Amino acid sequence: MSATHTHIATTCYHCGDTCKPNETIFYDDKPFCCNGCQQVYALLQENGLCEYYTMEDLQRISQKAEVRAEKYAYLNLPEIKAKLLDFSDGNTAKITFYIPAIHCSSCIWLLENLHKLNKGIQYSRVDFLKKQVLVSYAEKETDLQAIVTLLAQIGYEPHITLSDTEKAENEQKRISREQKQIIAKIAVAGFAFGNIMLISFPEYFGFDSHSEGSFRKFFQYINFLIVLPAFFYSGWGYIHSAYQSIRKGIVNIDFPLALGLIVLLTRSAYEIFADIGAGYVDTLAGLIFFLLLGKWFQQRTYDILRYDRDFKAYFPVAVSLQTAEGTEKQVPVAQLKVGDRIVIRNQELIPADSILLKGEANIDYSFVTGEAMPVEKVLGEIIYAGGKQIGSTIELEVVKPVSQSYLTELWNKDEFQKKKASQEATIRLQNFLSKYFTFALLAVAFGGIVYWLWQNDLARAINAFTAVLIIGCPCALALSSPFALGTAMRIMGKTKFYLKNVAVIEQMAHIDTLIFDKTGTITETDKAQVEWKAIQQGLSEAEKVAIKLLARNSTHPLSQQIYQYLPLDTPLRIEVQDFEEFTGKGISGKVGNFWVQLGSAKWLEVEMPLQDYHSKVFVKINGELKGYFVFRNSYRKEIETLTQNLWNKGYDLHLLSGDNAGEAPYLVKYFLKNEKMHFNQSPHDKWEFVKSLQKSGKKVMMLGDGLNDAGALQKADVGIAVTENIAYFTPASDAILDASALGNLIGFLALAQKTMRVIKQSFGISLIYNIIGLSFAVQGTLSPLIAAILMPLSSVTVVAFTTLSVKAKGNFLLKSNRQNINC
Amino acid sequence: MAVIYFLLSVSVIMGTLFLLVFLWNLRSGQYEDDYTPSIRILFEDKKPSNSENFSSKT
Repeated sequence: MSATHTHIATTCYHCGDTCKPNETIFYDDKPFCCNGCQQVYALLQENGLCEYYTMEDLQRISQKAEVRAEKYAYLNLPEIKAKLLDFSDGNTAKITFYIPAIHCSSCIWLLENLHKLNKGIQYSRVDFLKKQVLVSYAEKETDLQAIVTLLAQIGYEPHITLSDTEKAENEQKRISREQKQIIAKIAVAGFAFGNIMLISFPEYFGFDSHSEGSFRKFFQYINFLIVLPAFFYSGWGYIHSAYQSIRKGIVNIDFPLALGLIVLLTRSAYEIFADIGAGYVDTLAGLIFFLLLGKWFQQRTYDILRYDRDFKAYFPVAVSLQTAEGTEKQVPVAQLKVGDRIVIRNQELIPADSILLKGEANIDYSFVTGEAMPVEKVLGEIIYAGGKQIGSTIELEVVKPVSQSYLTELWNKDEFQKKKASQEATIRLQNFLSKYFTFALLAVAFGGIVYWLWQNDLARAINAFTAVLIIGCPCALALSSPFALGTAMRIMGKTKFYLKNVAVIEQMAHIDTLIFDKTGTITETDKAQVEWKAIQQGLSEAEKVAIKLLARNSTHPLSQQIYQYLPLDTPLRIEVQDFEEFTGKGISGKVGNFWVQLGSAKWLEVEMPLQDYHSKVFVKINGELKGYFVFRNSYRKEIETLTQNLWNKGYDLHLLSGDNAGEAPYLVKYFLKNEKMHFNQSPHDKWEFVKSLQKSGKKVMMLGDGLNDAGALQKADVGIAVTENIAYFTPASDAILDASALGNLIGFLALAQKTMRVIKQSFGISLIYNIIGLSFAVQGTLSPLIAAILMPLSSVTVVAFTTLSVKAKGNFLLKSNRQNINC
Repeated sequence: MAVIYFLLSVSVIMGTLFLLVFLWNLRSGQYEDDYTPSIRILFEDKKPSNSENFSSKT
């Protein structure tokens, strides 16, 4: 049976990738693409979990990366364990892991069957949307290291960082507690609203006052009893907030609201207990209910996103330390001391500024500086924290503790921190309008009282005064922006643009200048464009095979890219002989009849044909120069249309790159003028640039992806982090944009502007209702029934108008934009 | 008609009870993850022996 497998293209039984013909492993009669996948299968089969492979929507995870159990040894250090565990009593411990790889129902199934793979695990619970797993285990039978190693082995490596567990976790808990509280408040207010309406029905239709007089009193007392928790629990936030802002000398929207609520309660109490009327308890309960609904609606949060992560989330928790005896030990990064020798492996991050002692360092600084290509370092050279090693294992000596490293210092600069003026999203337009509204309302109320006093009618004066404050209560006004902004935020979220809060939309509406970062923002991450430039004639198939084979032997990133770039269908059966790698120079080896050399121009003694900044690898076969490979950034395809449309709409565009100017000739078609493009910008330069634009009155939107943009993102009016995977680390920002939605940016900007216009229109609508109500109120003829109808009616109109019109605009704008990209 | 006093009191008390049950649910975290349980309920509890049947199928 296995003989037939080799002729057809086989797919790996575990991960579904195509197996390379000569690398396929057969186990239990099934093909596997690599050892990792085969081992996962063996593990699952042994424990009777093969049902995993029969799941309908199984989306597979490749297990090519090797798992080293020692990598997780640090998890058993008491000080780290204590920070990570949710709960521990010495016997049972609970921990929540964040696992970005969770993506389908088979993941849930497998992760909830962990107890079958490790007997020490008591149970595990997946929260799919948050991509979290809660694991409860017996501390005597297993430990954290074993659990995390197991998770990594089956392809679900948890993302463990300390800052996530400390500050961010607390923040997360605070938000979830607040949200629970607001739902509880809505429940109480809704309960009061519904029941009071029901009990007030006879009142609306008129009691027969002779026979049912005593019922009437009873109904009113019950109503009043029910409204008390709604007022003192659900509505108290408004009164508290109004009091706070008055003390600061600010009049915000909560002031007329609180005034209305208090007047409603006191007048109702007076009417009911003085036996004059039924009061306005139904209006009061309804008002609180609708206001809270609006508040809840604009508090959309995205479970897996974090907007305030600091650089620590990017750092590893622990690092391998080389001890004096020559063994490796895991220590927490914070405990690193000057003079410590650390070991960094492929794809690991350098946690502190240090000197290279051993090995070939190829440091990818793209996240920190914006440089697109990995930098080679020679022995004795200093390597700054934040770089990522690519290739073989290296040894370093720490020269500065983590707290004083370049990156940390950069981050801790005061100017890089955004002033946290207020935790809550404040909508400027709303506050601006409500100030005028409040003064107008107070003028009308006192106007009424003066007029009726002049008429010598004290009862009517008080009646009119309170009625104006009740009907003027800007419920519709307070609802329009939460619903309009909340709807816009949801539409944007559906099209992969995730805002931190609704206030960002208002900021976006005023943007006139956009700044783009280069690496990772308008270029695709991890994907450089490789181009072959022949010197004389093209390469023969056999020569291509030889180059590819040679490149495969090296872990150098450029070699890897050449290996990926060269197409090849035939199996690689030829052996490479005499393979040699010269650090910083190139590689050479004998493949069949070819003596192949790949390397730098200097090493191969080649005259540089053209002086530019692109990385090049030259090829010599049997001593003859064949040509060279050029590595160029690959730009996202949406960029061209996007920049064109933005220029047409009158936006000012800039490019700020930490990289060199090598790409300038290509970029000029997007940014039109050379002076719009700024290269070799340090993180501080970027911050300064945003500041100078703001000084000249510009409203700036910054789009970036790395730590080097963090300062500028904080400084800009709107800072947007662009990422290819929203589950991964992004610098602190106001919004996170999925790179695939970058082309929609112009639609998002337009939607923000339209949303603000809708809010202004809905203010107009609510004003009409207020004027109708006020015309009754000033005459002192406002009946509870009119109040009870007018208030919900105006609220519903405004809510319907704002949500529907924003939705329509959103569909129109984002759809038309999508079409633009297609053609 | 005096029964209305009784009926109304009972209805309000029952409503309050439901409200309290809701608040209790909310506090205990029942509404925190409203997606995963919908998938979890579809998993079948199979005995480990089934996996052998499966692997011999192919």
